[in-house]
Amino acid sequence: MRISVTVDGTSYTDEVEPRLLLVHYLRERLGKVGTVVGCDTGNCGACTLHLDGHSVKSCSVLAVQADGCEVRTIEGVAQDGELHPVQQAFHDNHALQCGFCTPGMIMQSIDLLADNPDPDERAVREGLEGNLCRCTGYQNIVRAVQDAAHHMRPGAGPDVERVADETANPAGRTATSVGGGGE
Amino acid sequence: MTSTIEPEVGRARLRKEDARLITGRTRWTDNIALPGMLHLAVLRSPLAHARITSLDVSAARERPGVIAVYTAADLDPDSQIGMPCAWPITEDMKHPRRPVLAADTVNFAGEGVAVVVARSAYEAQDALEAIEVDYDELPVVLGMENALAEGAPLVHEELGTNRNALWVFDSAEAGSGGDVERAIADAEVTLHRRFRQQRLVPSFMEPRSCVVDPTGPQLTMWSATQIPHILKTMSAATLGVPEHKLRVIAPDVGGGFGGKIAVLPEEMTALIVARKLGRPVKWTESRSETMVTAHHGRDQIQDLTVSATRDGRITGLKVELLADMGAYLGLVGPGVPILGAFMFNAIYKIPAYRFACTNVFTNTTLTDAYRGAGRPEATFAIERMMDELAVELNMDPMEIREKNWIKHEEFPYTTVATLTYDSGNYEAATARARELFDYEGLRREQEERRASGDPVQLGIGISTYTEMCGLAPSRVLGSLSYGAGGWEHAAIRMLPFGKVEVVTGASAHGQGHETAWSQIVADQLGVPFDDIEILHGDTQSSHKGLDTYGSRSLAVGGVAVVKAAEKVIEKARVIAAHMMECSPDDLEFAGGRFTVRGTESATALTDVATAVFTAHDLPDGVEPSLDSEFTFDPENFSFPHGTHLCAAEVDTETGQVRLRSYVCVDDVGAVVNPLIVEGQVHGGLAQGIAQALFEEATYDESGTLTTGTFADYLVPSAADLPSFTTDRTETPSTTNPLGVKGVGEAGTIASTPAVVNAVVDALRPLGVSDVEMPCSPMRVWSAIRSAQGGAR
Ligand code: FES
Ligand code: FES
Repeated sequence: MRISVTVDGTSYTDEVEPRLLLVHYLRERLGKVGTVVGCDTGNCGACTLHLDGHSVKSCSVLAVQADGCEVRTIEGVAQDGELHPVQQAFHDNHALQCGFCTPGMIMQSIDLLADNPDPDERAVREGLEGNLCRCTGYQNIVRAVQDAAHHMRPGAGPDVERVADETANPAGRTATSVGGGGE
Repeated sequence: MTSTIEPEVGRARLRKEDARLITGRTRWTDNIALPGMLHLAVLRSPLAHARITSLDVSAARERPGVIAVYTAADLDPDSQIGMPCAWPITEDMKHPRRPVLAADTVNFAGEGVAVVVARSAYEAQDALEAIEVDYDELPVVLGMENALAEGAPLVHEELGTNRNALWVFDSAEAGSGGDVERAIADAEVTLHRRFRQQRLVPSFMEPRSCVVDPTGPQLTMWSATQIPHILKTMSAATLGVPEHKLRVIAPDVGGGFGGKIAVLPEEMTALIVARKLGRPVKWTESRSETMVTAHHGRDQIQDLTVSATRDGRITGLKVELLADMGAYLGLVGPGVPILGAFMFNAIYKIPAYRFACTNVFTNTTLTDAYRGAGRPEATFAIERMMDELAVELNMDPMEIREKNWIKHEEFPYTTVATLTYDSGNYEAATARARELFDYEGLRREQEERRASGDPVQLGIGISTYTEMCGLAPSRVLGSLSYGAGGWEHAAIRMLPFGKVEVVTGASAHGQGHETAWSQIVADQLGVPFDDIEILHGDTQSSHKGLDTYGSRSLAVGGVAVVKAAEKVIEKARVIAAHMMECSPDDLEFAGGRFTVRGTESATALTDVATAVFTAHDLPDGVEPSLDSEFTFDPENFSFPHGTHLCAAEVDTETGQVRLRSYVCVDDVGAVVNPLIVEGQVHGGLAQGIAQALFEEATYDESGTLTTGTFADYLVPSAADLPSFTTDRTETPSTTNPLGVKGVGEAGTIASTPAVVNAVVDALRPLGVSDVEMPCSPMRVWSAIRSAQGGAR
């Protein structure tokens, strides 16, 4: 089947087998290896990315289902060499050790903050329930997400609008250019 | 002149490693794609014990994209010794040969039977389905006691027994203490308890993977391994490939926890196959494969007998252990329970001690090192026992610990297990923990809840622990029959413009060595943190090493870096003196500069580096290089310790356990980076708590793993855990120049007993005196029910 997908702002058209998983399409066909696979049951969240502005586990999505969609991976989160506030917060709060869960954690956290810009500890913990980390014990991840929320509060800069845009108009994102409404 | 530069060691430096990890620009093994690379997939036995009566791979060979299909007959001749075990704990230890693929029989579900090599991973998977295997089922042996029973079916018929080895330590024989049998016979009080260490799956997030490239001058293998150097040596031994023809690279590695201390049959297979085909080959497992084939951890039955006086002084400890090895021996599997032998006596002054461990074969995935390896098991048992003894003697569990522990002024202290604890201050850590925890307040609340008959009871759990880190003095390993040493290597290279390359044999898989090592070198050489590059995990650049496990990186590898730096400075001093026309003895080194004592005259180390590079004017006989190497063999282990306190709410109606607060004060000696230390503690706590409350690998009676995915093996999520209160005291190690001890395993070792002690404490008034791990709602509820049934 022929599919057309925009991944981190670049459009791709490819012939794919119907059974090909989105994550394998990204990793093997496009060489976008920032998104990783930790399980084969949709339980670990390592493969989390954004499909039309919402987080999905890309090991549970077929490449053909992404036809016509906009995909954002961890590799497209930083803009113009500027880290996303969530990336920055993960670094600042030592919210990663081996870093294998980190792309998925960051993608899920961005989505979580789009839904709830000011989550309390419980809300963060529940929002990240589908993403497993074996290294950090989660405490610093929770802190990072709350720290990012703090930096992304209205008036805190263009990154806020970028996230706000995703919530307001997820479908519209396919029409916007690379990297979403930040520009 | 004193340096005005703020020291790096001790600073909460943000990590260098993060930049690539938070942007998805990481080099995981599975990210590697080489021209012409093929994909390898393994057909695994669905049965736990069976004879292979026929194996037909012809149809698979015809499948699209398939390049080759191999069975044991094709590959095994290439392996000289079968899969290696490096720890023959006794002379008569049974070590059944494990071929790279099962030959005639399969001995656990998941064992490899055949491999397909194809153009793509999907095609390789498809072709597996076309392989036809007929099995003749054999009786399955599960459970250590069953395996040892008279007439039990044998995992390895040819051995004539399921007993792998018996390893004994006796303090009377060792001369380190008295006769435990006598102590027990003479005791005012004796107590016996049996504890179970359930089987766990290490569950690193990155599945194992390897890529072998046979097309270069050397055979290069990338692997998601904890042990690139050991893997290289062991691969050479296993396959007869000359060592100089092998290069092993552990690129970014997504966690290990001991689970990636293994030489994998798949790695050996990939090496053999890549050589046969002359093309690069990649193998990456699915999580379902990881669950059944990556070695498991723990799985012991522990029988403890303790003798004591009425006023709470321990007089003897006897430990009888059964340890499940699974179907074969892992790389260090037989030695794991032995490490525990040295820790059952924990922080206590125990005058007589005997430890005996029987290792057993069963038709299960093999077991091997898992975070803490032997020490969590030991600490759990003794810390549970201390609580039981306190109840027996009607004492406060804190009081009985204080009564028996080694006092601060008694260090260094040689234990009944013959280890010499260098330093420790259990009083300070405990006092701080109690203060942060509000021990008295919570005990009061516990009383109130008990009195009111609240269905949700409060329990308080204590664990005061020590562990041995810095594995290990080579001489000690030798005395335990381990097949290698415990040294670590470091090299420092000053580059022409004063930047520094540091090579370490302690290759990391998430612990932040690049940051911590940079901090150490920055202080030693007085060069900026950012001018230092740490090279690791590649046997070509870091040509010598023994890798990362057993919290050895800093206390062994970090110390090697310090010693290498000292050598650089000594050499630079001679050259600087020549440049400044003075005697080397007149020079002081601080903040990256040599200063002539009592003057302003100075030369920077970076200038010396440049002078060495040009070599235009060096002192006679001085080699133009500013490099050094040091291989450090520690003279002793290091012994971090701490006090962990846990308050758990246990719903007596549903069996649900909720951790209300968790406080730990760890003493890991001097600290290089407090941020990294705290992160290690958090992660360790999560893993230890997971053993207490959530995780267990279980089999059905046919030997099928019933917890084969993350859907049913419960690795805790963020929602399952609380935030922790962590703090530290600092009692520097006296056996290394950094004063460091190690922290990687502390949280895991200490937390499991703290949590279970809290759960049991909550349920004590209901007549419960033990809950088996994991303390799931079902287990807790059943424990309550059976206690009440017993009381009626
Ligand atoms: S890899 Fe997608 S959820 Fe685990
Ligand atoms: S940082 Fe290693 S799994 Fe999360």
